[in-house]
Amino acid sequence: MNMPATKIEVETATPAATAAPVVAMTPKRPPRSEAYARMARETAVRVIPPLVVLALLTLVWELVCRRAGSALPPPSRVFKDTQELIFDPFFDHGGIDKGLFWHLSASLQRVALGYSLSAIAGIALGVLVGQSVWAMRGLDPLFQVLRTIPPLAWLPLSLAAFRDGQPSAIFVIFITSIWPIIINTAVGIRNIPQDYRNVAAVVQLNPLEFFSKIMIPAAAPYIFTGLRIGIGLSWLAIVAAEMLIGGVGIGFFIWDAWNSSHISEIILALFYVGIVGFVLDRLIAGLGKVVTRGTATS
Amino acid sequence: MTAYLKLDHIDKIFTRGAATTEVLKDINLTIEKGQYVSIIGHSGCGKSTLLNIIAGLTTATTGGVLLENREVNSPGPDRAVVFQNHSLLPWLTVYENVRLGVDKVFAKTKTKAERDAWVMHNLNLVQMAHARDKRPSEISGGMKQRVGIARALAMEPKVLLLDEPFGALDALTRAHLQDSVMALHQKLGNTILMITHDVDEAVLLSDRIVMMTNGPSARIGEVLEVPLARPRKRLELATNTTYLKCRQRVLEFLYERHRFVEAA
Repeated sequence: MNMPATKIEVETATPAATAAPVVAMTPKRPPRSEAYARMARETAVRVIPPLVVLALLTLVWELVCRRAGSALPPPSRVFKDTQELIFDPFFDHGGIDKGLFWHLSASLQRVALGYSLSAIAGIALGVLVGQSVWAMRGLDPLFQVLRTIPPLAWLPLSLAAFRDGQPSAIFVIFITSIWPIIINTAVGIRNIPQDYRNVAAVVQLNPLEFFSKIMIPAAAPYIFTGLRIGIGLSWLAIVAAEMLIGGVGIGFFIWDAWNSSHISEIILALFYVGIVGFVLDRLIAGLGKVVTRGTATS
Repeated sequence: MTAYLKLDHIDKIFTRGAATTEVLKDINLTIEKGQYVSIIGHSGCGKSTLLNIIAGLTTATTGGVLLENREVNSPGPDRAVVFQNHSLLPWLTVYENVRLGVDKVFAKTKTKAERDAWVMHNLNLVQMAHARDKRPSEISGGMKQRVGIARALAMEPKVLLLDEPFGALDALTRAHLQDSVMALHQKLGNTILMITHDVDEAVLLSDRIVMMTNGPSARIGEVLEVPLARPRKRLELATNTTYLKCRQRVLEFLYERHRFVEAA
């Protein structure tokens, strides 16, 4: 990245020949076009390598699956088969015959609801466990056991309890993503430096002020680590849960495609699931970065 | 002598399981209003514990602290602390850090505008008004400690407690900050109690120096009056006989009579 540096030298060297050298030494702001060029270069450096790898992998896939009698379709066939789905994600023929946009949005709604609930309950429980030694002694062993239960193992139980697919799926999301949120929040609360507690004591903050002005900002980096793990887990869980409960949703779309032997549709759906999961992760990470701006640099 | 802050027979025993350690034994001390008192002793002698007891952050096992003849046993802004490692909240700006205390202490007595002006007034006292919108991570160690002092001063404490306030600073910054604290003491007439392990600092700043014996069971070994006129000038004092005599007394106490024995 020494390109800009050389540019500046070149630029200032010209007036140096005519004017006093002191004047030439003042750093000039590079022209706007140059800034754009640099930005473009930096973007290219990040974007081009993954694109190259992607192209190579697609090529290998194409070559491997091209032969007649291959079990999986090559990318060219996937594209041809799913063209309609790709270019018209908004169609709605009633029932579960909908465009991918509707499936994804149904899944995302379930995740949004389940995840929001688990974020609220998780942070609250995490604060309790982090703050109170007795709550930790009582609850921590329970959490450590419960968190190892695979998401889908909860599904039959929640179906029995709620007698409906929709709340059951939301419950599975909730119960899957809550553990990392609780545990990370508790660690964050326990790690609040004694100094900050002393400051709060001298200033005589009341418990509510202590919670909002000291606890949450001090533990925010930990809380966001938990939230980020949680969103990933809930996206993992929703696809699996929807395969079983049916109805509209990307998980059931995949299952339905398998039952009708539309392998290309499965591949397309997996692609979308990956992209959405990635975006969700980045969303929470970005939010965390904004919120913990102050704390993270300490 | 009128007692403003009084430490009355303070003992502190730490209990951990079956093991007990007596850290402080029978600490008695009376401080007048407006006095600058330093507590000096080797590390581990319990001087920080004593400051925490006065601040109310830990409780004495027996005995108590009286401020204006009223017992104090919980932390409060009337005994504001300047912590050794500044303890500014990193997610708040310089201004917000000072404002946090001001908002609590003057919630009922000052309007919003008055509180704002008061915060700026105190930042001006420590010459930090220019950095009001900076975060602690963006300013130097000495500046952080200035803000820490402003935060404590802004609470209008009856007693200002300084816990090795210059310990983490380099020598030049430390001298500069010592001069600032001296000037503030001169101007505002606060009652100040400072913990230190620096002999020169103690003699330069204090009216009285409380020397503590080594722990466990640390006691007050000796109290030395420093009869130097104020304002004091660092350079002039270097050759002042009273200053040198005081310094000598403290050094003798620390290095001859109560030499620091490495805890076995």
